[in-house]
Amino acid sequence: MNGTDTLQSGVMRLEKRALILGLAALVVCAAGGFDSPVQFFRSYLLGYIFWLGVALGCAAILMLHHLVGGGWGFPIRRMLESGTRTLLLMAAFTVPLLFGLRQLYVWANPANAPAEMAITGKALYLNIPFFIVRTVIYFAAWILVTHFLNKWSLEQDRTANPDLTHRLQSLSGPGLLIYGLTATFASIDWVMSLEPSWTSTIYGMIFMVTQALSAMSLVIVVMLLLSKTKPLSDLISPLALNDLGNLLLTFTMLWAYLSFSQFLIIWSGNLPEEITWYAARATGGWAWVAVLLIVFHFAVPFLLLLSRFVKRRIRLLAAVATGLILMSLIDLFWLMAPAYDRAGPQFHWMDWMAVIGIGGVWFWRFASQLKRNPLVPLHDPRLPQGATHHA
Amino acid sequence: MQPSTKKRPLYGLIAEFDNPSDLLSAAHRARAEGYRRMDAFTPLPIEGLAEAVGFEKTRLPLVVFIGGLCGCIGGFLLQYYPNVIDYPLNIGGKPLNSWPAFVPITFEMTILAAALTTVFGMLAMNGLPTPYHPVFNAPRFEMASRNRFFLCIKARDPKFDLKRTREFMQGLKAREVSEVEA
Repeated sequence: MNGTDTLQSGVMRLEKRALILGLAALVVCAAGGFDSPVQFFRSYLLGYIFWLGVALGCAAILMLHHLVGGGWGFPIRRMLESGTRTLLLMAAFTVPLLFGLRQLYVWANPANAPAEMAITGKALYLNIPFFIVRTVIYFAAWILVTHFLNKWSLEQDRTANPDLTHRLQSLSGPGLLIYGLTATFASIDWVMSLEPSWTSTIYGMIFMVTQALSAMSLVIVVMLLLSKTKPLSDLISPLALNDLGNLLLTFTMLWAYLSFSQFLIIWSGNLPEEITWYAARATGGWAWVAVLLIVFHFAVPFLLLLSRFVKRRIRLLAAVATGLILMSLIDLFWLMAPAYDRAGPQFHWMDWMAVIGIGGVWFWRFASQLKRNPLVPLHDPRLPQGATHHA
Repeated sequence: MQPSTKKRPLYGLIAEFDNPSDLLSAAHRARAEGYRRMDAFTPLPIEGLAEAVGFEKTRLPLVVFIGGLCGCIGGFLLQYYPNVIDYPLNIGGKPLNSWPAFVPITFEMTILAAALTTVFGMLAMNGLPTPYHPVFNAPRFEMASRNRFFLCIKARDPKFDLKRTREFMQGLKAREVSEVEA
């Protein structure tokens, strides 16, 4: 009981601080927006895409766990579920973005849309009404699927009905398919269309991996914060940590694999309409950002996560995860910012403010959802032996 | 078999148990007693037994890492040497050292070398193949793959003393303790 109380007060403190910090940052951002609305929307899009990615990554990992099982999923399941319950909030955060479409996207402004778009028929897809319809469809699908994932999981806590596990499993297969399709199209709509003449078919996959990577990293950090709490601490074994570390390693390698595949194909082809995308990201100071990504988004975490010594110690694992959260953000910045500004990598102060602002409110919602329910699922028949009687 | 008059050298003492928990507690007690060179033989994997008989750390991951590193460097040089030094050829106006194109093969060579090192390193570090092992001289040892559990304390253990070790092992709920010839 005592453990629960300290959790309550600890999370409550973080939760309130996150909300205050987030709202303050958003107010500062909005104030800056009066001065330069274009920069406001660019920064806002960065923060929005990052935190939406964390929420979607939580949904994807949650469905993966329902589908394949495994002891690693139980200590983090309630965190993943709380992460998916921020999607409603993210839907609300979409609204300001809709007012900035003309400032953000060249295709949204018929006056300066590239002439090529009219010829290739991209205007049929890239136009404001259809963009809004698609956004509504994405969120409807995400919220619907995650609603049932949460509902049935919590219902199992109350009723101990083992059939619900099977129902969750049956939803997760189609759910992952829906996630794959919607996340691909969403990444094309919101980020790739910043440069409408450039295309890459692997782009959606890169986004999905980044989402899973940042969600897994965040969940590991939250697990460290709560690792002293009683029912949860019983599930955190070196073996479970090793599995989570291996998943983090897999996502890191997959990110490198997909990102490099895209680069290799475009570099080999060397076609003017494709290579300009990389040229813009390898000139000026951007080349240094690319090197930073190779070293700290891949090489260093890859080597660290190979070692069991790191994977089985929650503090070290959480330190690697913290680094990966930061690098995922820089990766997103490297993907997006050269589309507007070819001069070089400069984090505008509003970029930080938007990430902290949306992130603060996101975390408030996440933490308030997390403490409403038991920290570990109570009656899943697949729960590891010996953990059930503690819970 | 010829009955030999001269006794052959001793490999160790082996104790036979009926169930895994007796074996596990015996291994723990032997370790607490100070025995270090022992081995256990069971028909099924038993959790915690490896640690109890003193298996702590394997150096195999390090060997595999070095193997992978060799594959990585070797795989890259395999492409760098012909393309840049031995037979430079202009392909599509690309630089001679077109490292992005070398990466897939470098990667595959890393995996290949690491995988081969894993298999052969594991065999070598286990001392395999072993055509002859003295432990098969133990009576009823074939039961180790059915329903009996064996714990062997080797004669080269510094604390090994035929009389005292036999007395110690007999006090471990063993069905039988017998000598194993080398």
